[in-house]
Amino acid sequence: MRIRIESRRSASRLLPWITPPFAVAATVVASAVVFAAMGYAPARTLFAFFVAPLLSVQSLAELALKAGPLVMIAAGLATGFRANVWNIGAEGQLTMGAIAAGGVALAFWDDDTARWILPAMCVAAVLGGMVWAAIPAFLKTRFGVNEILTSLMLTYVASLTLTSLVFGPWKDPEGFNFPQSRMFNDAETLPAVAGTRVTIGTILSFLVPLGLWVVTRYSIVGFEIKAVGLAPAAARYAGFSESRTVWLVLLLGGGLAGLAGAFEVAGPIGQLIPQITPGYGFTAIIVAFLGRLHPLGIIPAGLLVALSYLGGEAAQVDTGLPRAATGLVQGMLLFFLLASDFVARYRLAFAGTHSADVRPARPKAAAT
Amino acid sequence: MTAIACGMRDGPPPRLQLRGITRRFGAMTANDAVDLTIRPGEIHALLGENGAGKSTLVKIVYGVLQADEGQILWEGAPVTIADPHAARRLGIGMVFQHFSLFEAMTVIENVALGMDKPGPMPALAARVRAMGAAYGLLLDPDREVHTLSAGERQRIEILRCLLQSPRLLVMDEPTSVLTPQEVERLFATLRKLAAEGCSILYISHKLAEVQALCEAATVLRGGRVVASCDPRRETPSGLAAMMIGAQLKPQPARKVAPAGTPRLVLDRLTLAPEAPHGVTLKDVSLTVRAGEAVGIAGIAGNGQNELMLVLSGERVLARADAVMLDGAPVGRLGAAERRRRGLCCVPEERNGHAAIPDMTLIENAVLTAHRRRDLLRSGLIRFAAARRFAAEVIRRFDVRTEGPGALAGTLSGGNLQKFVVGREVLQAPGVLCVSQPTWGVDAGAAAAIHAALIERAAAGAAVLVISQDLDELMALTDRLCVINVGVLSEPRPTAHVTADQLGLLMGGVHGEPGPAARRAFADAD
Repeated sequence: MRIRIESRRSASRLLPWITPPFAVAATVVASAVVFAAMGYAPARTLFAFFVAPLLSVQSLAELALKAGPLVMIAAGLATGFRANVWNIGAEGQLTMGAIAAGGVALAFWDDDTARWILPAMCVAAVLGGMVWAAIPAFLKTRFGVNEILTSLMLTYVASLTLTSLVFGPWKDPEGFNFPQSRMFNDAETLPAVAGTRVTIGTILSFLVPLGLWVVTRYSIVGFEIKAVGLAPAAARYAGFSESRTVWLVLLLGGGLAGLAGAFEVAGPIGQLIPQITPGYGFTAIIVAFLGRLHPLGIIPAGLLVALSYLGGEAAQVDTGLPRAATGLVQGMLLFFLLASDFVARYRLAFAGTHSADVRPARPKAAAT
Repeated sequence: MTAIACGMRDGPPPRLQLRGITRRFGAMTANDAVDLTIRPGEIHALLGENGAGKSTLVKIVYGVLQADEGQILWEGAPVTIADPHAARRLGIGMVFQHFSLFEAMTVIENVALGMDKPGPMPALAARVRAMGAAYGLLLDPDREVHTLSAGERQRIEILRCLLQSPRLLVMDEPTSVLTPQEVERLFATLRKLAAEGCSILYISHKLAEVQALCEAATVLRGGRVVASCDPRRETPSGLAAMMIGAQLKPQPARKVAPAGTPRLVLDRLTLAPEAPHGVTLKDVSLTVRAGEAVGIAGIAGNGQNELMLVLSGERVLARADAVMLDGAPVGRLGAAERRRRGLCCVPEERNGHAAIPDMTLIENAVLTAHRRRDLLRSGLIRFAAARRFAAEVIRRFDVRTEGPGALAGTLSGGNLQKFVVGREVLQAPGVLCVSQPTWGVDAGAAAAIHAALIERAAAGAAVLVISQDLDELMALTDRLCVINVGVLSEPRPTAHVTADQLGLLMGGVHGEPGPAARRAFADAD
């Protein structure tokens, strides 16, 4: 019997928003099965994983703290993805931003009253992230080098740069030779909110997707990015410059990732250490797709993925679930999202069966 | 051949008979109880406007779609055509109006992919060459499709069918990219095929062609059969009236335009192509004056696309004064700046070039009109104004659609073309350059587009029309020139040129125009 894949013709425009909740539900069910198979009580583990982190103010604050960098970076990346610019080096741009912010903080460490220092750190971080994203932008627009490779490889350069700095010139002279910088002083640390670890930076991080939503939805610049992504030839015909768009979205994504780096080191971390990110720059890619590359979809997606981090830790403490289960749950989430997207857009047809809503997936089939 | 022999004995059963075919898409009925009978060896025309249900009907015959109701009889026996494989097994071949080709593959690979049993490649390549030579469809089997023009791509589709020796050949608008001489050759081929017993279902908007070629015609309107006739006994306007249900609005008569001031001047423009296998533009000079329409005839792939890119500003030149717009050098300016100065273009390809299928008509209006129609306020799009503009285009150009919020990709080809042309015309450009304005567009829409272009010229604009449709150029333009392998001929007054002379100059396929042809054109007046 022949099986083939046919596209569903009547794909609704709402469809992209229906599949994520379905994927979440499937992930919960599959997690329960996996937990049970591993010998953990499924109900209790599920509760610890998905519900317990939502029950106290303190853990909700932690959720926001984790989700903040994810949504801000993902919003920047998604803007580029919509223009078919695949910056997957946000992790490195975040690291460069953190280095730049940390450099400013350490240079003026003696002055713990200056009000300008935090803004200066943020500006430096944005510029640091932009510089790191400008390299792939230049290589792509000048020589046609694939930005996926260059942005990814630069991530390792950035993280090794950070390592060499905190092991070398920026090491805390009073730090018992630990590979870390001095703790930033009070003027260099973001103020916390209401007795939690949440900072002003966290709140700003959630405002960025909202701002980007307005820009992409209503401005000609956002229109340009969308046009370049959907139909490069039509964008050229309209007079939009493809290389300007490449520069724009890479600098935007890099700048926001860099800012996220500053918010981390000037927020919950408070100094430069070799590991400043648990992979926010990479996880943000999942968040961007889970959020349908839409600034407003990215906020719930970021919260959900942050929950999987926190839930993994909580379940580890509560039931002894291994740490790797976090990765497993995140992987299942992505798998079910992609799978439900596929099932929603295509169907399997067995030879000889046809339904009225279906046409064969042939390239550029004739249309009246 | 055996089928014919059998048929002779007890009265020939029709090659194909459709009885009461009905097909619905949601609330819309695309085909409503359609009956159609094609005899062996008959060349049968299927006439109708875009949206009349021709393509749906043809897809049902070819197994791409299934009928909701009705019956298909193949040589007298009821059949179910489950998919195109089944159709090809029966002996049905189809040349689609829109090509189903893989851009990254070569001609021969594409030919092989469309066949169920292609056989070894070298033998197939030899057959392609032989068949191409026999029918005047010359193609290099090893070229990659993305380097080919629309016209060359269509040749692949035609060849692909002919190679399978079909018993019913369905041809959807096959002649749009051929010269008159080539059309004659193709018709000779089709008549030969028909004489050999192959039936042909011929879909065309070109009424003169249908009258020259076809011995029977079925006319569709709104999904129903409105007439079955012998097209040779009808007048063109009679056929057109059956198709659109009303008399065609007569074309405004072309007056000889006064020699206005030059608005668009190309000066010895020479440019190597961007794409491999592209055409080099050689020493192209042309002046288009206010109030006149100038036509450029030529076979697809002779530099038209390259010329359009240079005109629109999608390719920027090193020498600013190679393109002059209202006396100012604009060769180094990009598309946005040229448009701001009053040069609007409509490229040949609607989907993904002139319009973005995944965007709404409102967004497609913003795409090119945001500056000339003042659709921006401090960097933000004025969506209400954009919607009004899109609605104005839809109303003025009779675009059939749900409304401005519809995705461009949901419009039929003719309607999207009307929208695109309307969008540019309503920006009141001083210079309007249009490529293949009525490619794949029905008679009613073509007339509307022609009228809009003529009105634009009458309003003092310079209009440049690049087309392969000679009838269109003859009806529309004041002066006419020919492009062949990147060389543009001297323009001549259209009134003094005959289609035959042009066809000779167009030279059939790629190659230098023959000296005899050049002389014929030079002696035209």
